Amino acid sequence: MSQAPSKFADASLQVNRRHVSGKLWLTIFQVATLIGVVALTVLLLTILNDSFGYVAVENKVDPDSLAVNGIPLDAQDKETLMQTLRANISAGLYARFERDQPFAERDAANVYALIQEFVISPRILESWTLYDSLFIREQISETLERDFPNAELQFRNWLSWNFVRAQQSSYPEIAGVRTAILGSLWTIGIAIAFSLPVGVGAAVYLQEYAQDNQINRIIQTNINNLAGVPSIIYGMLGLAIFVRAFGLFTSGIAFGAVDPATANGRTILSAGLTLGLLVLPLIIINAQEAIKAVPNSLREASFGLGATRWETIWAHVLPNALPGILTGSILAVSRAIGETAPLIVIGASTFIQVDPSGPFSKFTTLPIQIFQWTTRPQGAYHHLAAAASLVLLVMLLTLNATAILLRNRSRRSY
Amino acid sequence: MQNSTYAIETKDLAIFYGAFQAVGNVNLEIEHHKITAIIGPSGCGKSTVLRAFNRMNELIPSVSTKGVVLFNGHNIYERDVDPVEVRRHVGMVFQKPNPFPKSIYENIAWGARINGYTGNMDELVESALRGAALWDEVHDKLDQSGTSLSGGQQQRLCIARAIAVKPDIILMDEPCSALDPIATLRIEELMYDLAREYTIIIVTHNMQQAARVSDYTAFFSLSEDGKRTGQLMEYGDTKTIFTNPGRKITEDYITGRFG
Repeated sequence: MSQAPSKFADASLQVNRRHVSGKLWLTIFQVATLIGVVALTVLLLTILNDSFGYVAVENKVDPDSLAVNGIPLDAQDKETLMQTLRANISAGLYARFERDQPFAERDAANVYALIQEFVISPRILESWTLYDSLFIREQISETLERDFPNAELQFRNWLSWNFVRAQQSSYPEIAGVRTAILGSLWTIGIAIAFSLPVGVGAAVYLQEYAQDNQINRIIQTNINNLAGVPSIIYGMLGLAIFVRAFGLFTSGIAFGAVDPATANGRTILSAGLTLGLLVLPLIIINAQEAIKAVPNSLREASFGLGATRWETIWAHVLPNALPGILTGSILAVSRAIGETAPLIVIGASTFIQVDPSGPFSKFTTLPIQIFQWTTRPQGAYHHLAAAASLVLLVMLLTLNATAILLRNRSRRSY
Repeated sequence: MQNSTYAIETKDLAIFYGAFQAVGNVNLEIEHHKITAIIGPSGCGKSTVLRAFNRMNELIPSVSTKGVVLFNGHNIYERDVDPVEVRRHVGMVFQKPNPFPKSIYENIAWGARINGYTGNMDELVESALRGAALWDEVHDKLDQSGTSLSGGQQQRLCIARAIAVKPDIILMDEPCSALDPIATLRIEELMYDLAREYTIIIVTHNMQQAARVSDYTAFFSLSEDGKRTGQLMEYGDTKTIFTNPGRKITEDYITGRFG
């Protein structure tokens, strides 16, 4: 365009200068995105780095020595395993196992696990991260020979199926997160059961029924502010109300479900209700937004046919707001799953080996388990914490994926 | 239900948005089974008056209504009258087609069902769709979403939905303003047919449309006292209004000198 007329060379437009400022902003936005991506990647890599790696294991008893008639331990039947167990532990311990659960009712895998824990009793003397395992393998071998001559080097996947399935233990080798996963699921289930109906109900009232007056504006402002209240304060509230004031009910004493001598209000029910309270404002706000997004023309169409307000809400507003309500609620709930502070205030157990059996059980949850493990001095627990973090992340991702699926499946056009 | 001289009669109808008077002094008599057009410049309260006939204005919290609207001789603004009942007898078709995001069948069946219809639903759906001249186009896809239809079809679906509850009056608030000329023509033809069974009141911006379809025309305009209150300027049969208007302002409007 060399012969282009001077029409395209109007200096007063300052086109170049305007483009430069645009490019500057673009760069700033790109850097911002980059920082986010890098932070996330580092987070994931750190967790993965701790979840796999070499460990130096020392067995109290060499498993090979437990072979009977040339049959290795892991191929033995239940009877043989029981004999092996009886031969290697004290009679008192054997009797205790019998009391806990009669051996007649246990299966081979269960007996095998007892042998693993109490006979072979592998102890992890030292552990390394994935990075170290991959890049300083020689150094690891040297350390092993120098410091732990009797130990064996094993590559350990901390996030194993056993880890998900096993209960809490004071030995990191066999500790797992089953109790914590169940605790998380129970509390979150109660939180949803409480906050979803209440939250959607409040949203319907505020959006469809409430008049625009001073009182309702104050209520609305308060709900918006409650959504920003730090979670520890909800913990204090839960402690004061659910654990203390309504302890008779949250402990289950009032329902005759538990022994009044030992029960207290620090139960799954209290935790679930506290988390429910925590996400309630979020659910209300999200549901309100979803209801607000239903076009008014649909309401008018419904009223125009002689529908009552409730018929309009039930047949048109709620079905069309449902995807939004569900997405918002699931996102709110996934915030609750990661909450630690309020549950610590409520009094979640940090060490518990009994699976929760109902709303009146003592409990722990995944974040609390992670918190507890990270505070331990021994290195092996940090690997457990990393693996538990991955379990928690998988739970969160599953929830969010469900939210997206629900939204896409029920998305409507107006 | 022709137990009174007029389908709708208003006496000193005045409508307020908060403290602002949008419409005042409306005295209108709407004839049974005729098409009455309400015309006038933007913002003169045409739609507001139309929505007063089935108490739709009440959905906006700040609106208050004074005066009397007689429907078959009863004041629908009487304290003991439930707006739900009024709307069941006075149906409405809106400016923008607003079918429910449900199946075509359900679009029609829903209104009938909530109003207690217990007869054969398939027959009702078919007759409503035939009544709205839509049956031939959709009879083989009744389970498809109402929102999948074209704009003109959607508007006819809305008309079918309205007539399925068998109202006495159908209010139409600029029903063709979002449609192309061919779809508009079809709706206008449909209005002729519907007028045999229903009283139709249509708000329109389009003076040719009012001249083409209506039997009576009400011309609204803003008051000249500077308060911007909409007022009924002239009301009469369409031919007279368009060929021999009684007031200068009407003539100015229909000849396109303002509005």
